[in-house]
Amino acid sequence: MKIKLSFRLNGESITLATEPLKRLLDLLRDQLELTGTKEGCGEGECGACAVLIDDRLMNACLVPAAVLEGKNIITIEGYRTTAQFKILKSCFEKAGAVQCGFCTPGMLLAAEALLRQKPKPTAEEVRAGLAGNLCRCTGYNMIVEAVLLAAKEGEGLWSTPVGL
Amino acid sequence: MRNISEAIKRFDFDEKIEGRAQYAADLKDRQMLYVKTLRSEKARAKIMSIKYPPLSPGYFIVDYRDIPGENRLPLVFEDQPFLAVDRVNYIGEPILLVVGPVKKKILAIMQEIRVDYQELTPILNIAEARQRQEDFIFEGKSCFVEYEYEKGDITEVKKKAWRVVEDEFRTGYQEQAYLETQAIVAAVEDQRITVCGSIQCPYYIKEALRQALGWPEERIRVKQLPTGGGFGGKEEFPSLVAVHAALAALKAHKPVQLVYDRQEDISCSTKRHPAVIRLKSYLDDRQRITGREIEVMTDAGAYAGLSSVVLQRMIFSVGGVYNIENLKIRGQAYATNNVVSGAFRGFGGPQAFFAMEMHMENIARALHMEALALKRGYFLRKGDTSTTGGKLQSDIKLAEIVEKIDKISGYSRKRRDYDAADGGFRGIGCSVFFHGCGFTGSGEQEIIKPKVRLRKYRDNTVQICVSSSEIGQGCLTTLRKIVAQVLEIPVEQVQYDYPDSDICPDSGPTVASRTVMIVGKLLYDCARKVKARWQEGEFTVDQAYVYPGHLQWDNEHFRGNAYPEYSWGANVVEVAVDPLTYEVKVLGTWAVYDIGTPIDEKIVKGQIDGGMAQGLGYGCLEVLESHGGRLRQNNFTNYAIPTAVDFPATESGLIDNPYEYGPFGARGLGELSLVGAAPALAAAVQQAIGRRVRQIPLTPEYIMELMDDED
Ligand code: FES
Ligand code: FES
Repeated sequence: MKIKLSFRLNGESITLATEPLKRLLDLLRDQLELTGTKEGCGEGECGACAVLIDDRLMNACLVPAAVLEGKNIITIEGYRTTAQFKILKSCFEKAGAVQCGFCTPGMLLAAEALLRQKPKPTAEEVRAGLAGNLCRCTGYNMIVEAVLLAAKEGEGLWSTPVGL
Repeated sequence: MRNISEAIKRFDFDEKIEGRAQYAADLKDRQMLYVKTLRSEKARAKIMSIKYPPLSPGYFIVDYRDIPGENRLPLVFEDQPFLAVDRVNYIGEPILLVVGPVKKKILAIMQEIRVDYQELTPILNIAEARQRQEDFIFEGKSCFVEYEYEKGDITEVKKKAWRVVEDEFRTGYQEQAYLETQAIVAAVEDQRITVCGSIQCPYYIKEALRQALGWPEERIRVKQLPTGGGFGGKEEFPSLVAVHAALAALKAHKPVQLVYDRQEDISCSTKRHPAVIRLKSYLDDRQRITGREIEVMTDAGAYAGLSSVVLQRMIFSVGGVYNIENLKIRGQAYATNNVVSGAFRGFGGPQAFFAMEMHMENIARALHMEALALKRGYFLRKGDTSTTGGKLQSDIKLAEIVEKIDKISGYSRKRRDYDAADGGFRGIGCSVFFHGCGFTGSGEQEIIKPKVRLRKYRDNTVQICVSSSEIGQGCLTTLRKIVAQVLEIPVEQVQYDYPDSDICPDSGPTVASRTVMIVGKLLYDCARKVKARWQEGEFTVDQAYVYPGHLQWDNEHFRGNAYPEYSWGANVVEVAVDPLTYEVKVLGTWAVYDIGTPIDEKIVKGQIDGGMAQGLGYGCLEVLESHGGRLRQNNFTNYAIPTAVDFPATESGLIDNPYEYGPFGARGLGELSLVGAAPALAAAVQQAIGRRVRQIPLTPEYIMELMDDED
């Protein structure tokens, strides 16, 4: 059985038909061909599939399609067009925070959610904010550095909407 | 010319951060079919029969009868089938594949397949393998390989020994836990097969396909895609996945995608070898260590895989960074009905250095000395010989390394203070270690025979053609920098894409900390030839590896230079152990390395930080146990890898010591950074709790056991 759903995705209104229990992750990757959101575990443990739903960080592998009605969803494909992304990108580059890149899209959205909540985080707060996102390559230090740097360089930016 | 160590922007940075990088699971094709692997549920059994449900059109079963070539994975020993024939040797061993367009239907078909087993008595660990008298797994023997070598005269030393210090250590499994699971895409077109995916070693896969399909090389193409981490887990294992995908594509006449889910990946891919290591050091009447006997045993699992080579690295590393003249070192890799053990960053080094460094701690305690003071007295120096008698020809700056780490970490002072406080549940430990860069012995020349190619174009761009794969470690950037620096051209003028076997010669696998030091040096030499002909317009230059004249190796007797060169390092870890919960909290980590010239400081730092976290995870978090041949942990909930809150940032430094034969003086790094973390952590915990630590990982349960034991 399919249901009809309407929601906002990366700033655009979308209506589609899908099975109610389909994971948002599959909806994005298979049906909408947005593959920037990654699957690392399928069980809510790694954060590779993290997206923003109404500004909250959610693991797309745990979200059934049925709950998406009327929601506002942001994935890396939308986020990469924003001013906030631009700052994070430049800080990730400066800090050397990307290696294999598989955790990176989820990590960026986690950083966005974190900075939105705490625009001037301490290193500990950054670590706590990223604790749901696994990275096997970097040991996290350079990612933490990148986010702290972004907080500084993008001061004020995280109190304005993402513009999507 | 700019300083080569100065960091530049990674060439794979933009596509990765923007989420545009296409990993294997991201490739979409309407035609594409999915593949799932049906696996053994038994640790050891004969397959009596398999019953299949009727298949809807478009669905296929692939089993061993669909293998047109040889059903043997081409590795050191060819004992492992691609798909089981009439027996299985571990839980998770692949038996057959189900192929089709809809994932759910494939799973439904898998549910209905009935495999009828006749169970056999399995061998479930090293102890059982040692006791077993008959009915072995591998060629009527308990071990895949057994090695022994000596240096000096251990018999004489034993006669004169005044004191003996003995230890036994155990280490557990570790899962690579790359964030992207095993993933391969395969397609057949015009009599050729193309296999793409998440891999470290394109030419290993090409060879496996050649063997499985029985096709000539020209019909096989292997391409690497952006790869979400490897750490050794995508060294030999993907050959199996790639052959499965290829067989499925051949049978279905459609492109296929074979992507493991996390549980499947943890349950049946290769792991770091569990090991038992026994050490005996003989001391003379002046309290000098005069000789050692060391025995290393690993659980290799059900098939030989790379266990022989891992064991070699283990027994060539287990002597540590010390110059001890008389040695007898033995090693055995036991065949058990566990999942196959294999390559993992460090490749036997982490087990070996954990054992040796803890053993030195214990000798120091027995002699009422501070551990680092004891160690310093035996440090290897230029001109000394390694455990295999190979002359160490480069400057070895261990004294400088430990001096520097002592300074930045405050090790000596804290060590004394914690000792004075008699533990107090705080401790600090220091490990000193090396990693042999490149293949063991003369493997670079005898086995790998690496080649590189540079193509110069009229527009003055240069293309790098090598099989080295970018797995996050940064080689798309570092190798470009080396070539650009030699040619004195902007790095943007150098092209280098993910390797494609149609374009790139076999420069060897992306393993053994060899990419910068070996492949990078070949490119360096090759680029010099290109430079000499720069005016010629368009041309190609190949460069093949030549075994350096200053090295020699006797593989029969394990004599000579066990590695082309070594990188060196020291780690310090400071901990607090919770006196109630026995949880280990890491308070600080420090690292100093001699990797010769760093080719890119930022990439180097990334390797240092990442290796440290993996090594600390190995030391205290990552519990992976086999019970009855089944791994108890199979997801990220029960197999905990480090998160951002587990460990503090590592403070690290490098020693300036360019390596004469490396590109711009560089040595290897990728593995070194994992090797020393666990022993430093274990030494710290040992000081903190005032109890002998005999195994890793150091879980609260294990520490509680230690506290109860000796009270
Ligand atoms: S894939 Fe969703 S949390 Fe890992
Ligand atoms: S960069 Fe590889 S998992 Fe984070």
